[in-house]
Amino acid sequence: MNTTGNAIGAVTLRITDTEPLLSLENVTLRYGQGPAAVTAVEDVSVDLTAGDRLVLLGPSGCGKSSLLRAVGGFQPVDAGTIRLRGSPVGKPGPNRMAVFQEFDQLLPWRTVLGNVRYALQRGRGLDRAAADARARDWIGRVGLARVMDAHPHTLSGGMKQRVAIARAFALEPDLLLMDEPFAALDALTRRQMQDELLSLCEQTGATVLFVTHAIDEAVRVGTHVLTLSPHPGRMKGLATIPPAARQRGTAAFAQLEAALQAGLLGEDNPAAEGRRHG
Amino acid sequence: MADATIANPSAPLATPRRLHLAGWRKGVLLLILAAVWEGYARHLDNALLLPTFSATVIALVQGFASGELLARTATSLQLLVTGYACGLAAAAALTAFAALSRWGAELLELLTAMLNPLPAVALLPVALLWFGIGAPSLVFVITHAVLWPVALASYAGFRAMPRTLRMAGRNLGLSPLRFVAEILIPAALPQILAGLRLGWAFAWRTLIAAELVFGVSARSGGIGWFIYTNRAQLETANVFAGLLTIILVGLIVETLLFRSAARATVQRWGQEQ
Repeated sequence: MNTTGNAIGAVTLRITDTEPLLSLENVTLRYGQGPAAVTAVEDVSVDLTAGDRLVLLGPSGCGKSSLLRAVGGFQPVDAGTIRLRGSPVGKPGPNRMAVFQEFDQLLPWRTVLGNVRYALQRGRGLDRAAADARARDWIGRVGLARVMDAHPHTLSGGMKQRVAIARAFALEPDLLLMDEPFAALDALTRRQMQDELLSLCEQTGATVLFVTHAIDEAVRVGTHVLTLSPHPGRMKGLATIPPAARQRGTAAFAQLEAALQAGLLGEDNPAAEGRRHG
Repeated sequence: MADATIANPSAPLATPRRLHLAGWRKGVLLLILAAVWEGYARHLDNALLLPTFSATVIALVQGFASGELLARTATSLQLLVTGYACGLAAAAALTAFAALSRWGAELLELLTAMLNPLPAVALLPVALLWFGIGAPSLVFVITHAVLWPVALASYAGFRAMPRTLRMAGRNLGLSPLRFVAEILIPAALPQILAGLRLGWAFAWRTLIAAELVFGVSARSGGIGWFIYTNRAQLETANVFAGLLTIILVGLIVETLLFRSAARATVQRWGQEQ
């Protein structure tokens, strides 16, 4: 188990040796221009294979959300490349479906069913009948069949996030992007949603890029956890989560949590310092 | 626990009872105002300056019964709807351009900053030069009165769209026109409706003012002309009946059109309380 990365900096962290689905190479993101520019993310390189769930874990200001938005095409890349299936990512598209933290990501003028159906019609080009059937199926799978015809403003926060998750999964994208989707929920709902997301991912084999600042969430939902340091966001380490450690309350879970926390709190490790100077 | 929040998704937010009570209070206030008017007019006892409320109501009923006020109102409304439609079409083109390109946005900001403060009636002399006396001149000034407030409000609505909703829309890879029609416009609907309401009020005022200026020269005038001619003939009760008609039309459009439009859309969708 590799909790604090030895291969940090310019060396690409390979999660596996098979052909990567998503490949980030020396990605640097900046805000603003000229001398006033602020570097949000610096020199991040990581590969994901189909079925991986990579969690970007770090404190506020480590650029993890910026990195996710860059993969989604919502934000330009200042240096390096992001490739999906070998070709650089461009504008946002339905092959990378995002779920955001905010509850206002659903179209308020469409019902629960309407939101998912519309996304399928426009994002997948399905006709109305096919989109309707698939939307109903996915809304049922997140347990919202009863509120199919409700408008989003009548739903609780957790239900809105469930609709957004159903919408993202229904489009069967190459990659799911999740930007702290449970951060604004109460602790009980958050746990429940983590479990549901995990089971959906395991059923579908979805590839996920998941951003969070909660260590227990990272251990629960990820197959791999990439820790980032703040200001600017640099890679600190990559941990692989063995399936056995994903159970809350086990010794392995607690150990991983502690190790990740120590990694986040600790200074840059000597290996990385040495490389930077030499 | 979660069930409680969605027990009845279609239940209205405001209870009918409270709405009913609010209407009841307004009714009492109207009665008091009418009584004050009647009392003061009787005390003044000068029908040339201030006719009584009852005389005004009788003039109003007679005006509608003879068909004259109805014809005048129809003339005014016809002009208004034509100008309103022209203004909306221009506003839609301008804001769509502004939503899609930086050049369009700068153009809209520049034009609204320059032309929005310009009172529509001030354009009347120019309109008379260009279009002569008659309907086209009035349609021109009404278009001007509607265009800028509607364009300004819609554009503000586009800009106020939540970033997350914008990203969720872009995520589907929509074409620019689809994005405007299917995401941007419905998202900005609360502000667009407010702009339409404001545009309506501006257009109605502009029309009456323009008719008063045109006054004598228009062959078949609207309500403005009705007021103007009756003032000249010292039929003050008719002047007040004309004013009441303007108020009534404004109220009917406000409650029947705009309020029910808001209730059927933005209020139902929780975009506006």
